[in-house]
Amino acid sequence: MSTPLEDEVLREQLERVWAHPTGWRGVLMAVDHKVIARRYIATAFVFFFLAGALALLMRLQLSRPESGLIGPDRYNQLFSMHGTTMMFLFAVPVMEAVAVYLVPLMCGARNICFPRLNAYGYWVYLFGGIMIWVAFALNIGPETGWFSYVPLAGPEFSPGKRTDFWAQMVTFTEVAALAVAVQLVAQILKQRAPGMTLSRMPLFLWAMLVTAFMVIFAMPAVMVATTFLISDRLVGTQFYNPAEGGDPLLWQHLFWFFGHPEVYIIFIPALGMVSQIVATFSRRTILAYPAMVLALLANGLLAFGLWVHHMFATGLPRLGNSFYTSASMMIAIPSGLQIFAWIATIWDGKPRFRTPLLFVIGFIVIFVLGGLTGVMLASVPLDLQVHDTYFVVAHFHYVLIGGAVFPLFGAVYYWFPKITGRMLDERAGAWNFWTFFIGFNVTFFPMHMLGILGMPRRIYTYKAGLGWDGWNLVASLGSALIAISMLIFVVNILVSARRGKIAGGNPWEASSLEWATASPPPVYNFLRTPVVTGREPLWEGDDLPVMSGLGDTRRETLCVTIVEAEPDVRQKSAPPTIWPLLAALATTALFIGSIFHEWAVVWGAIPVAITLCGWFWPGRPTRRAVKAETSLEERAA
Amino acid sequence: MTSRVAAFGAVLLCLAACQRETRALTGQAAPSAPAVAPGELRAGGGLASPPVDPAGAAYEGNAFEISEGQRNYDWFNCYGCHGAGGGDIGPALMDDEWRYGGAITQIRASIADGRPNGMPSFRDKLTDRQLWQIAAYVRSMSGRADKLAASSRNDEMRTTPPTNQARPGPEQSDTSGGEVRR
Amino acid sequence: MIRRLLALTPAFALTGCGGAQSVLDPASDQAASVFGVWTLMLWICGIMYALVLAFLALAIWRARRGLAGPPLAEGQKSPADRPLLRWLTGWVGLVVAGLLVLTFGSFLVDRQLAMADQRNALTVRITGYQWWWRVEYDDPVPSRRFVTANELHLPVDRPVRLELEAGDVIHSFWVPNLSGKQDLIPGRTNRLLVTPRRIGQFRGQCAEFCGLQHAWMALDVTVEPQTTFAAWAEAQRRAPPAPATAQAVHGRDVFVGAACNSCHQVVGQPAQGQTGPDLTHLASRRSLAAGARPYSRTALDEWLKNPQALKPGNHMPLVKMRPEERAALVAYLDTLK
Repeated sequence: MSTPLEDEVLREQLERVWAHPTGWRGVLMAVDHKVIARRYIATAFVFFFLAGALALLMRLQLSRPESGLIGPDRYNQLFSMHGTTMMFLFAVPVMEAVAVYLVPLMCGARNICFPRLNAYGYWVYLFGGIMIWVAFALNIGPETGWFSYVPLAGPEFSPGKRTDFWAQMVTFTEVAALAVAVQLVAQILKQRAPGMTLSRMPLFLWAMLVTAFMVIFAMPAVMVATTFLISDRLVGTQFYNPAEGGDPLLWQHLFWFFGHPEVYIIFIPALGMVSQIVATFSRRTILAYPAMVLALLANGLLAFGLWVHHMFATGLPRLGNSFYTSASMMIAIPSGLQIFAWIATIWDGKPRFRTPLLFVIGFIVIFVLGGLTGVMLASVPLDLQVHDTYFVVAHFHYVLIGGAVFPLFGAVYYWFPKITGRMLDERAGAWNFWTFFIGFNVTFFPMHMLGILGMPRRIYTYKAGLGWDGWNLVASLGSALIAISMLIFVVNILVSARRGKIAGGNPWEASSLEWATASPPPVYNFLRTPVVTGREPLWEGDDLPVMSGLGDTRRETLCVTIVEAEPDVRQKSAPPTIWPLLAALATTALFIGSIFHEWAVVWGAIPVAITLCGWFWPGRPTRRAVKAETSLEERAA
Repeated sequence: MTSRVAAFGAVLLCLAACQRETRALTGQAAPSAPAVAPGELRAGGGLASPPVDPAGAAYEGNAFEISEGQRNYDWFNCYGCHGAGGGDIGPALMDDEWRYGGAITQIRASIADGRPNGMPSFRDKLTDRQLWQIAAYVRSMSGRADKLAASSRNDEMRTTPPTNQARPGPEQSDTSGGEVRR
Repeated sequence: MIRRLLALTPAFALTGCGGAQSVLDPASDQAASVFGVWTLMLWICGIMYALVLAFLALAIWRARRGLAGPPLAEGQKSPADRPLLRWLTGWVGLVVAGLLVLTFGSFLVDRQLAMADQRNALTVRITGYQWWWRVEYDDPVPSRRFVTANELHLPVDRPVRLELEAGDVIHSFWVPNLSGKQDLIPGRTNRLLVTPRRIGQFRGQCAEFCGLQHAWMALDVTVEPQTTFAAWAEAQRRAPPAPATAQAVHGRDVFVGAACNSCHQVVGQPAQGQTGPDLTHLASRRSLAAGARPYSRTALDEWLKNPQALKPGNHMPLVKMRPEERAALVAYLDTLK
């Protein structure tokens, strides 16, 4: 039994132990997952708006045939930067950032399992993003698309350092993504709340677990691909040179082996967010939990077997192509199952149509259409007609914006109160949703038509009179509406952060653990470690049981067994430190140096090694410290 | 103080990058008078310093122009006599021996004017820009171009080491035969 | 802006499904098969989408607003769970069935395309360059082969086997009215079989991003009766007539004497450049610069005045000529029928 006095004393003690420095030192040395995640999300949204601005320019250029507004070189850089930024600097990082914020909270943990790695990953991501945008501003931005097919991106046809900057930016973001993925796996498997067995995990945790494993298996392929590309361009290797036994298709295979799972890495976290939102706003648990988990796993596994559907037009053997048709069709099954389960949950629940649920409904309407055009693209003969046309552009925007960005916006409206302690405005949210929904469909639905009417992708202008003029104009007008929607969103965020309604711990009456603490959570997340006895902990009816025994004299997190989640060991959690930032700076110097000279890989490794030594330098021996200081509870007993 | 130095260095780096990476797609080099008139040639080649055409500087360190030069080298059959730089019935272009001078202005003049013993005159066959581009590429073949501007290889069979790895020997212009350094 | 939008409204109605570069207007066996797949997909995917939207609409309409009772936890099973799980199983079964139909439909069409009749096929070798198409008509007799650029004439009702190669980077050959696309990849030869069934004029376009002027790498395709095709091929095999007027003769001298013949070929003249498009029968083509402009003397003059203005970054440099030289050149090129 805990008395209010003890709570106060414990709170003070925890605040002292988990305090982090203020001011610039605090900014540079932070290892608190919430601080890093907030930065990560904000940075990712900055990239989102930057890339969106590029898209508006592209739509402006394409609104009329043979518009002389933007020349071919600039336009090629625009669409390359738009795709690269959206895929590498926004979509994956923002999903991982939301997970970095929520996963430790949903697990009932005090901090993420590898706090310094977390900080390092963020800095590496930030520096890589800054590098490519500075390059773009200096006219050295990528120009061959976000997937840079060789030989166009090779040494002969892409002169200068443009493609090298792109390839190295990919390396930055891969390192950052792997850093987060490794933490998510360790956190979700080993650092959940006691009693949260695998079958009691919220679906968002399952989604992030699957995503993290996918990142670990997919990222190495693109690192290999871009390393080969940099090597070809810098030192004249022949990986992609057909005249010397290389093959341009090697690039495509390596890239798409990463590239297809990449889109599911973006999509699956969104599925987790949707499950949380639907459950909360329908006030019932999601239908068919075991099937939903299996659907997530199936999505993750199948995603690795589809990549050749990006290569149907390259002249690969027909029988092989057919295999990928089947696999690409098959992946619609888990998604179909999940869509039914969510709608059924809403049907049977007592839904409240707040903004998060509006975005989920928008997700269902848009994503299912995108998924169906995906089924169309899975068919080889049909794909051979619409591949590399605006039909594909429409398809992937429907699945990415519908399937990932809409849930993300819903998630922002849903978890903003937790992060900031204030509610976002509901009316502005409704306006945000409707302008986005209508603007999106006006922009991208006509692109299906454009593709069918023969308009290829990545063209900076087009001939008048082919039947494309009208649809292009409509699409451009829709994009203006999307821009307005984004303005509403930004204003809502900025105003509500200061003057929104105070939220309280659980304003939505949700069931998962992150709602069991204050909004915003204190730096130590939970006063006492919660114990979980069911799938919806906060809906069990009674007070949430808690566990004692986790130390309060030093930073500690709890490790549990993987399946049964029984408390196992206590793990020391790293305090704030400057070494992750220094290591990230050293890594940045290595990566940027190796764009220009191959020896930078060798010489650049030295500062990296030094900073890693500083990072891992053993601290004071802790056994004596723990023995000497007994916890408050032991003293009180 | 250090931050100011660093900022200045960064600006310099950026400006250098700008020059290397600009792409003049529709630009047309201003027509220049032949920089080395045939009458000025001396036996023993460019020991006398020739007039330097300032237009050449824009091509020398520019990645796009060198790449175009590489394409033009292929298209206008420089391979036929000079091979991939190692020479055949024409002299090698990858080494340090420059019979008529190895500065970009001199190389361009050689291509435009033609030279004794079989080098045709390309003045009427190629535009100014193409001449400069090929001259810039020829410069890069012997390692005299900015390493960052030259590309490593083309998509053909490999017959030379990577262009951006070539290390130039001393700029000797006598015909005693220089060393090819790799 | 509004006025422009209104002015375009009739354009929407007129475009409809037809067009010279449209998947919805098949003019060959291959495109017709794909159109069949498209129709099947539209129906089945449309029905599935309608079902999802209907279920969603029903769920929303059925919403009981207000907060009646505490939320439903895992332990408390809703009475609707069991029937919903049955519906879920049924739905998954329906999805699987639909996908099976679509997969088999796709396989059958793919097989049909692979087994298409190739007897008596014409062979055309197409090489993609930045940013034009080299088209070589093959023949068992070597002297009957001929080369053209940026255009394809095909006899109706006769299969044509296209051999696709790339000269520099990856391109993609695509004539939507006639067939799906196939990439042109350096280091490999891809093949595409097309059996045109309708006479007409169509447009193809490169469909794999290939650099600065990917947007203007189009192809004029003419499907014509077999006799017309034979006549056209014979005309292509012959050298063009000698220039008749003095201006045209002067133009030919300009062509041969200046930079033109470094890159371009005209059969019968000392102009054997191979790096640019063949110009032997330039004046008989429908368009210039790979579909950038319809062919006309004015367009030709505009192109020669500055090729970079129309297609910035393309590999044809601005060759300085005096206006009267250019006029003579245009007069000469216009005789190359």
